[in-house]
Amino acid sequence: MSQADATQAAPPKREKLFTADGTPLRKALERANRRRKLTALALVGPLLAFILIFFAFPIAQMMWRSVDNPQIVNALPRTLQALDTWDGQGLPNEAVFAALHADMIEDLDRPRREQTIGPLGIRLNYELSAARSAISRTSRAVQNFEAPYSDAFMDAHRLWGQPELWRIIKREGRPLTLSYYVAATDREYDEAGNIVKRPENRQIYVSLFGRTLALSLAITFMTFALGFPIAYFLANMPMRYANLLMIAVLLPFWTSLLVRTSAWIVLLQQQGVINELLVNIGLISDANRISMIYNQTGTIIAMTHILLPFMVLPLYSVMRTIPVSYTRAAKSLGATPWTAFRRVYFPQTLPGIGAGGVLVFIISIGYYITPALVGGQSGRMISNEIARHIQQSLNWGLAAALGTMLLVGVLVLYWLYNRLVGADSLKFG
Amino acid sequence: MSAPEKRDGFVVFDGVQKSYDGETLVVKDLNLSVARGEFLTMLGPSGSGKTTCLMMLAGFETATHGEILLDGRPINSVPPHKRGIGMVFQNYALFPHMTVGENLSFPLEVRGLGKSDREKKIMRALDMVQMGAFANRRPAQLSGGQQQRIALARALVFEPELVLMDEPLGALDKQLREHMQFEITRLAHDLGITTVYVTHDQTEALTMSDNVAVFDDGRIQQLDPPDVLYEAPCNSFVAQFIGENNTLNGIVKEIKGETCIVELDGGEVIDAKPVNVQKVGERTTVSIRPERVEANKSRLDDDAHTIKAEVMEFIYMGDVFRTRLKVAGNENFIMKTRNAPDQVRHKPGDMIEIGWMPTDCRALDHA
Repeated sequence: MSQADATQAAPPKREKLFTADGTPLRKALERANRRRKLTALALVGPLLAFILIFFAFPIAQMMWRSVDNPQIVNALPRTLQALDTWDGQGLPNEAVFAALHADMIEDLDRPRREQTIGPLGIRLNYELSAARSAISRTSRAVQNFEAPYSDAFMDAHRLWGQPELWRIIKREGRPLTLSYYVAATDREYDEAGNIVKRPENRQIYVSLFGRTLALSLAITFMTFALGFPIAYFLANMPMRYANLLMIAVLLPFWTSLLVRTSAWIVLLQQQGVINELLVNIGLISDANRISMIYNQTGTIIAMTHILLPFMVLPLYSVMRTIPVSYTRAAKSLGATPWTAFRRVYFPQTLPGIGAGGVLVFIISIGYYITPALVGGQSGRMISNEIARHIQQSLNWGLAAALGTMLLVGVLVLYWLYNRLVGADSLKFG
Repeated sequence: MSAPEKRDGFVVFDGVQKSYDGETLVVKDLNLSVARGEFLTMLGPSGSGKTTCLMMLAGFETATHGEILLDGRPINSVPPHKRGIGMVFQNYALFPHMTVGENLSFPLEVRGLGKSDREKKIMRALDMVQMGAFANRRPAQLSGGQQQRIALARALVFEPELVLMDEPLGALDKQLREHMQFEITRLAHDLGITTVYVTHDQTEALTMSDNVAVFDDGRIQQLDPPDVLYEAPCNSFVAQFIGENNTLNGIVKEIKGETCIVELDGGEVIDAKPVNVQKVGERTTVSIRPERVEANKSRLDDDAHTIKAEVMEFIYMGDVFRTRLKVAGNENFIMKTRNAPDQVRHKPGDMIEIGWMPTDCRALDHA
């Protein structure tokens, strides 16, 4: 392209452009930007890998575990095939018992690590207590069984004579299951295989979810009610004093959780500082000491304290950016100080309230350690139940189902917030 | 100093003092009277106390001592929202979560006006600033100049008798600023409102105001109409602060009525008008505007003293020539001449003789 051409007015069509040495412009641009892209990738790469391995992957694993159901399929392939024709009424026929015998004999020949009978017993026990002992007792005797196998099995354990066990084996004999979610929503299968509500005395999780939600809302509201005036106070004071006081607000971050919790126990227990004080000054009688710990009150008090900074910080940073001239303008226009606050100042703090609220609510809905330490029975939250299933009852499928429900719940709430308020209005700092 | 002693103005500051820390005074003994319908500008460098005065008048700061009267009533203890003073802020302070219409509706709502009344007044105010089509926009969707107009409309919509403006044009570019200067003065005069305007821009102050109060060091240095202020500054600070100014230092040799003779530090003798000097032998700083310096001897009085000057630099500026001279040791002495056909274009190194009318050269306090 000659100099004269280049200086002419813009070409009518978008022609392919070239650099001075003849390489296509697009290619040259790509090459020039490659280094920058590589640098960017090198900067975010480690964190990205870390998040993928230690955050995204475990969560996916957990969600998979809530529906994964390999135990029965692996242990009893022949039995399941024979059960295919069973109508679910009465006991299955002799062929099914023979197939069960064959499955269990085969399992005995496997190396110990690959044996499937143990996991089978654990899996069936989730659905029917005593199923585990039935399986293990039978498996010890199965080598000596002779036809007719149905009698031999029923002799070994009475459970083999109950149609319920067979219905469970047939229903759960597939690679994916809903049964953990059925259990996590306080429901069960009836004899016809329909999902129905559990008897009232065995319902736990739905009310626990509700309580978790209510406690989280209460804690969010408490942090707002206590944090808003403090943030306002800090935002309207000279910077050097504000920084000093901010340290006091951040103190909960800097003390060990256990130390803080111990402090709460010292303060709040029935023989604690507050109760002793109230009794000594005669406000309450010795018999009517207030229980403020190991119940919901304890959970709310302790978690409000711990989560307060998460409310104060976004509020403070939003309030700092609101110039005093807005309130002044409102007053000069004739608004009383209260009207100026309500109609001009407060609406502008909403991004901070939203950010603080979402932060505190989401953290508290999954909070574990504080409710476990000071919550007692009535202050327990859903995370404590999940932890119990992971550490004590070892029903990881149910724990995963509860965890997935919690995760989805939080995401739905976040989505709702985004629809109603707009996530882009959040200001965290 | 021409501070009025009377208390019969629409806005009166009577012996007002203000201190923030109890150790230094930001405003020292302020006396000021603004007549009804007057456009008064408080002009001064930052930290001179002009904004503090405005804030005291608006009610956001309290006077440490003295009294502020509005229409004859002391307002020291009246809270801002009961003063009924319109105010335009430096950053406009339009409420970002409200539309333009809602912003304008706000002062009417808090006054309890009905919906139809409000709409009528809002439309009138918006039309006044030629923003009638923007009622449903948010402030963030407007340009700086448009926001400025809305801020003005909002300060006027409830028909206050007094409007305060705190450097309202500071954030605009030059062209828009000049346009808005004109519009604000037009509106203020059309509506007959009293305006107190704060700025540090002297051009703004000169072009807009009926009277300008020049602030420095917590005091009003001079309060006069713009032309008096420019042509007859009463002390060195005002002379330096308003417009371009040449200064020469010397000692008063002789005073006879309206003129005096000053011997400069280099020994040269010049004519001047004694303004701030009382007796012979006093040190003085004389001040001459660049456009009043004359190099053409035929335009001067016959007995006028002239003084030698060396041309340092000649700058062609189109409508004027700007010649930098070395006069009595001062290398930054500027002479401004109109670009006329017969005007001489000096070259650096030329030796010329300059002079001036004695009335244009003011002998002021030694700066």
